[in-house]
Amino acid sequence: MRPVRLSVAAATTVAALTAVTGCTEKGSSAGSDRVVRVTATDDKCEVSKKEFPAGHIELAVENKGSKVTEVYVLFPDDRIVTERENIGPGTKQTVTAEVKAGDYTIACKPGMKGDGIRQSVKATGGSAAKRDPRLDKAVAAYREYVQQQADETLPLAEKFAAAVRSGDVEAAKKAYAPSRLGWERTEPVAESFGDIDPKVDVREDGLEDGQDPATDWTGWHRLEKSLWKDKKIGDREKELADLLIKDLKDWQNRVGKAEITPTSMANGAKELLDEVATGKVTGEEERYSHTDLVDFKANVEGAEKAYELLKPVAQANEPELVTELDRQFAALDGLLDKYRADKDSYAFTSYDKVGDADRKQLSDGVNALAEPLSKLAAAVVVK
Amino acid sequence: MTEPSEKTTSRRALLGWGGAGLALGAVAAGGAVAATRAGDDAEPAGAGTGAAIPFHGERQAGVATPVQDRLHFAAFDVRTEDRDAFVEMLKEWTEAARRMTAGHAVGDGAYGGLAEAPPDDTGEALGLKPSRLTLTIGFGPSFFDKFGERFGIADARPEALTELPQFAGDNLDRGRSGGDLCVQACADDPQVAVHAIRNLARIGFGKVVVRWSQLGFGKTSSTTPDAQTPRNLFGFKDGTRNIAGTETDRLDEFVWVGEKDGPQWMAGGSYLVARRIRMHIETWDRTSLQEQEDIFGRSKGEGAPVGRAKERDKPFLKAMMPDAHVRLAHPDSNGGATILRRGYSFTDGTDGLGRLDAGLFFLAYQRDPRTGFIRIQRNLAKDALNEYIQHVGSALFAVPPGVRDKDDWWGSTLFGKEA
Repeated sequence: MRPVRLSVAAATTVAALTAVTGCTEKGSSAGSDRVVRVTATDDKCEVSKKEFPAGHIELAVENKGSKVTEVYVLFPDDRIVTERENIGPGTKQTVTAEVKAGDYTIACKPGMKGDGIRQSVKATGGSAAKRDPRLDKAVAAYREYVQQQADETLPLAEKFAAAVRSGDVEAAKKAYAPSRLGWERTEPVAESFGDIDPKVDVREDGLEDGQDPATDWTGWHRLEKSLWKDKKIGDREKELADLLIKDLKDWQNRVGKAEITPTSMANGAKELLDEVATGKVTGEEERYSHTDLVDFKANVEGAEKAYELLKPVAQANEPELVTELDRQFAALDGLLDKYRADKDSYAFTSYDKVGDADRKQLSDGVNALAEPLSKLAAAVVVK
Repeated sequence: MTEPSEKTTSRRALLGWGGAGLALGAVAAGGAVAATRAGDDAEPAGAGTGAAIPFHGERQAGVATPVQDRLHFAAFDVRTEDRDAFVEMLKEWTEAARRMTAGHAVGDGAYGGLAEAPPDDTGEALGLKPSRLTLTIGFGPSFFDKFGERFGIADARPEALTELPQFAGDNLDRGRSGGDLCVQACADDPQVAVHAIRNLARIGFGKVVVRWSQLGFGKTSSTTPDAQTPRNLFGFKDGTRNIAGTETDRLDEFVWVGEKDGPQWMAGGSYLVARRIRMHIETWDRTSLQEQEDIFGRSKGEGAPVGRAKERDKPFLKAMMPDAHVRLAHPDSNGGATILRRGYSFTDGTDGLGRLDAGLFFLAYQRDPRTGFIRIQRNLAKDALNEYIQHVGSALFAVPPGVRDKDDWWGSTLFGKEA
């Protein structure tokens, strides 16, 4: 529900291992054969050379276009080596990176949108960059999972929207929480797009300065308030249901191309637990519907999925961490099961019926899992 | 101060009862204690020098060592049912405590490690001095209730470690009472104390959970009689006759568990009573000076006992009102019962009625709570001070002896060196 680009942030930290980004445009410290001049315009991304020696390189970026742009150095599978955002028209920036021998792509993104204008480049000499096929496989499988969650969400969201459109408050309430499961399982990836999350999952207090709740607040939680607090559906709510579907389709279309790395997967799993710790355990996320435990479960399931995919590598690198994570996932799942009668159902106890002592127990369980989970990313770094 | 007052009173009373003649300097006292604990040429650790108090020694630091200015006290509940995992955590805690008390960061530090991993240390104490940080661990009665059988230590439960009885006037909040474990963090810099508890809690996730914690901002007792006697939030000097860190005879008699007291794992340890005592600050402040002094049995300015001139003059109990705090808490009124007080003032903001949520976080160490705190507290049922205080939190812990050296760990005498 946070409008920040968590996954991208995570992805950048990945790159930090191999890339050092500079912030100034002052003189180059690298030899001239290590400087690649990148001239970005609104429809071009010109590079001064397409081959350079592996090791330290410096991109001297100049934005000669009319739009704010971004410049990326990408691995062949679109994992980010390094990036620089917010390069304004007429400005220069220097981006540095340590690259191993191999093929790369330099991409400029005028308007900071889309796949960008791309140039293939090559770093030569030395040994090729290390890749771990097990991690490539994990990323591919997770990408598939994320797409699947979006694909499965749309019919459930349509059902919710249809109930709203027909003015059926009770049917809409019933369809509300199930429509959110897939989103909650993969939220950090959705948040990486930056623009979708604030449209579909923002709470009233999450609106930015200058946004008017009457006109600018959209998405699930706006409808949640109508259904549970105001207990009525008007024309605006029907419009919002249509808008929700439109925005979720946008998510469904884009999510498969999200930047995903082993590190962003691991950090995403931790972020899902952070979501639980700050939003669900307190009952803030679903303050009107009190369906917090449904989101809670979905967050944990999403985290567990990412973990399971990374587990073979984590097992080889940090077997004790895996033992602890298995134990704590099982403990938290067991604890959550106490709040539903049927383990195959997502009908959880309404969170306003969960007392303070039980909430503390849930909070303790989240802390017990999230602390070791925060060490997963380091355990799957390619060494 | 309330309870503490009592105890404080006790201390003051102590003046009368016994050890009066000792007037060693605070620094000397600290140095002596430190040297005793370390068994080597440890530097005396005076207040304000930012020095380190040795972590290793026969006794845990934080009991008889000089009282620092700030407190963060945390009670934990144990969640793991795996004895090995729990013992491993105690060892990790010990190593972290060893490093933090010496002024070092936990583990591999707060920066410079893998960019993908959260740092081992949380970082807020970087650049700060050791600040005389002491970390003191204790085991509560509920620990033995819940884990005695499972961890194979049921037979080791001390008879003295029995839940405190309900006292007259108690209005205890369960959420601020009890705990399977406690860690008392004292330091001259509050950030150092808070950093210590925060990092231990983090290491403990999955094995233990924080049950409650309390910050204290000003010491209300000292173990260094030469230093100026601190005042509690009622404005009275507190702990005039507390047991000094140098009074080894009195420490052995009243504070440290003896070799023959049993159980063996507690020899050289102590029992800690913690009480959160809320003070009704606003009504107290409207009380006349005469009444305030009558209630305590001492003068407000000098701290002299009723009918005496100086703070350290021997109290004449019969000159005090029958329900005066000092009189009732004095060892002479309690069959000689004496405890070492180490409490702190607290203010947790205000309550919903705009009143200061303030008082005394009373901490007292003793050889046996049955002949220490319980004996004294029962006698305080008719204390005039009770109109202005209320006990709202309570806990008891068995504090084991010290960590001897770098291979030793907290709880080793209970769980066995081989664990």
